[in-house]
Amino acid sequence: MAEPVAAAGHPGPGPDLPDQGTVSALARRPAALGIFARVFPRLAARLAGAVFVLWMVATITFFAVRLIPGDPAQAVLGGPGSQASPEALAAVSAQYGFDQPVIVQYFAQLGRLATGDLGRSYALNMDVGPLVLSQLGGTLLLAVLALALAWLLALALATWSTRGGKVAARVGSSLEIVAAALPHFWLATSLIVVFSIGLGVLPPISTGDVAGLVLPVLTLAVPLAGFLGQIMRESLLVALESPFVLSARARGESERGVRWVHALRHASLPAISLSGWAFGSLISGAVVVETIFARPGLGRTLLNAVTLRDVPVVIGVVMIVAVAYISMTLLTDAASRLVDPRLRLT
Amino acid sequence: MNGSVVFGDSAAAVTVRNLRVGFGSAEPVVRGVSFAVAPGECLAIVGESGSGKSVTARSLLGLAGTNARVSADRLELGGQSVLGLAGRAWQARRGKDVGLVLQDALVSLDPLRPIGREIADSLRLHTTLGAAGRARRVLELLDAVGLPEPELQVRKLSGQLSGGERQRALIAAAIALNPPLLIADEPTTALDVTVQAQILALLEQITGAGTAVLLISHDLAVVSRVAHRVAVMYDGQLVETGRTPEVLGSPQQEQTRRMVAAIPGDKPRGTRLSPSDGPDTPSGLTATGDSRAEVSPESTVVLEAIGLSKSFRRQDGTRQLAVDDVSFALHRGSTLGIVGESGSGKTTTARLLLALLAPDHGEVRVFGEPWSTTSEKTRRGLRASVGAIYQDALGSFDPRWSVAEILTDALHLRHERGAPHTTARLTSLLDEVGLAPTVLPRRPLELSGGQRQRVGIARALAGRPEILICDEPVSSLDVTVQAQVLDLLDDVQRERGLSLIFISHDLGVVQHVSDHIAIMRDGRIVEMGPAERVFAAPQHPYSAQLLAAVPRLRA
Repeated sequence: MAEPVAAAGHPGPGPDLPDQGTVSALARRPAALGIFARVFPRLAARLAGAVFVLWMVATITFFAVRLIPGDPAQAVLGGPGSQASPEALAAVSAQYGFDQPVIVQYFAQLGRLATGDLGRSYALNMDVGPLVLSQLGGTLLLAVLALALAWLLALALATWSTRGGKVAARVGSSLEIVAAALPHFWLATSLIVVFSIGLGVLPPISTGDVAGLVLPVLTLAVPLAGFLGQIMRESLLVALESPFVLSARARGESERGVRWVHALRHASLPAISLSGWAFGSLISGAVVVETIFARPGLGRTLLNAVTLRDVPVVIGVVMIVAVAYISMTLLTDAASRLVDPRLRLT
Repeated sequence: MNGSVVFGDSAAAVTVRNLRVGFGSAEPVVRGVSFAVAPGECLAIVGESGSGKSVTARSLLGLAGTNARVSADRLELGGQSVLGLAGRAWQARRGKDVGLVLQDALVSLDPLRPIGREIADSLRLHTTLGAAGRARRVLELLDAVGLPEPELQVRKLSGQLSGGERQRALIAAAIALNPPLLIADEPTTALDVTVQAQILALLEQITGAGTAVLLISHDLAVVSRVAHRVAVMYDGQLVETGRTPEVLGSPQQEQTRRMVAAIPGDKPRGTRLSPSDGPDTPSGLTATGDSRAEVSPESTVVLEAIGLSKSFRRQDGTRQLAVDDVSFALHRGSTLGIVGESGSGKTTTARLLLALLAPDHGEVRVFGEPWSTTSEKTRRGLRASVGAIYQDALGSFDPRWSVAEILTDALHLRHERGAPHTTARLTSLLDEVGLAPTVLPRRPLELSGGQRQRVGIARALAGRPEILICDEPVSSLDVTVQAQVLDLLDDVQRERGLSLIFISHDLGVVQHVSDHIAIMRDGRIVEMGPAERVFAAPQHPYSAQLLAAVPRLRA
């Protein structure tokens, strides 16, 4: 009597092991070449995507600034208030090419951008590149600190409110909703009223030292923390209910271990993906915050440039912000891959 | 019915007396359960979903839930009481005195951590072994559970392993410290039959090595393979406990008898599986023998697949052939069963037959007319005659629609909602699938699994189809509910003279419903023929292997 192939006996390799061939095939391939072959197409695709985004950003900004009423030549000659003669205006128009058709100006602008030339500011009479770069550091510092603080606050809130207990859960979710709904300008003014005017412990305007950073960073971080906290709490609850957490508990894992070894890692994934977007919103928030706290930075530069119709500076700032945003998206991608090894498989 | 359990046996790995578990202020879901498992013994608790078996198992680990109220006269692991343990005291016992294996290791092992880390966790938590010592022990464990090349496997994520491999890894994690008691909660439910057979053999081996195994399952046939004793759970109580051959061979209690009778297995075609006086049985139907039209070679072919092939692009860019040169013909009034393990191309075939996918090569013909090759516009006229029933009835409904809306839509009567003739059509349709008109205002979520699948069948019947394509229609149902749905399909087939394509991974079910059967593997039909012939004398080695792996009642 023939023994059935896999019905009984040793639990040896059976039909449930279809990938043995693939494993050995992979092992035979030189590792370095393998990594290059896997990473290069993805990197190339990313770069192409980034260039496309920058092109779109430049195009949209170029045409959007054109919607601001007024003569650009007027802006060059000191803004709407100046009493420039028609001859002077005509000369400036010819010099900057304002008399050319829009499409010609557009391609000329693209050509300059492609060579890395951001042009000269109309109003400030200096090159846009160095101007924008000098303002970048302050804004980046503000955004990065706000993002880090938002993460800390969100993590603390999410872990505390999922500790069990209905009160904590309700308080936690209410705090998140309130925080997420706070407008930057209101929060900034309130913080100034309480900490600068009332308690007098922190300066109301930026002083260039650490104390001057506290209120701007808080203003940007609190609403974002509410938003991230909501997402983290949600996914933390899902992770804590999942079978692999039950398995871990059945192995004798402690509550703390369940969270730090398993659940928080899962809970952080959606928040990481959203951090790229959050960074963009932080930079737009910086426009308000830098203005209120009289802090030098890209936000204030942008606001001034728009008011003065200083097209090269507006485009320069927007391009730099786009580059920062794209880099941040790449970073969050890399962070996701670090936390989630499944992403590294494909 | 606990006469056979010896209490006060200090040698037992686990002793439970009068266990009661409730949640919040609701009625207890476990009501006075008592049993004991000795070292080297396997006790199976069998019951349908909601019977309280999983809650019982989790109470033994102190993991019934945060709002669970657990009480018992005795609850002992290895002779020591664990009643009233909390926090760290419980953590110190879990993993060491008792291990847990859950269903589907894809979600029961942390998908973000390599399996080696997961297996090493118990060692990290309960022993003083260093990293090197733990790594060595993990390799030994993987070897013990029969995973080949452990050095390669430890770094893999659960998602990179096949179903059987990761279930072995999960078992390795549970037995890492050699706990005297291993609880396996539906350990083979998500697995293909051949893999299931291997995992059962592994559990048998673990029992043989002296571990007490508590097996929780809904499947009597699975249990009959490995369990020394069986306890049947119903509505929070153990209604029957005894040695496996006795309980399954001569069940004493109504619930046990019903479960045994509901197993389709090799019960002949046309035999009813559910008691005909059951509350869900359609009225006006009599359970007589097989009165179906004989299938003769000359009888009309209603659906024909000719050389169907379909491939999909994989993530790495290569193409995978999901369906490879599949041909068959479905005769009027007969049932063609398509069986295969996961990934064999069954569902792709169903989608090709429904013309939801276009084949790369080959053709599907319905009533001899072009079907897959014609335009969707021409097909639409014929669509009503080809109905479909899916495994996940819940997912196939719009959750916001009531049963009335779902069926009105299927009847193309949306513009005549609420009209008397519409209501009459709905009522007669529901009557045909054995549902009362009271379900009309309810939404899918408010229905039981069996009721949902009945609504799914009613929806498929609404267009007066002549062909029904059923893709795993009973796979998510309890065995007694499955029996009722199979009987229902049998009834409507007879009443309406339907032709059925019945796709399932469950050979027992396919054997029970099919006139002809096609066995699929890797996208190909490896064997096709009359059901009796294929089951009695399989020609292809894979068919033989598949049939041998099917758990059968061993009473």
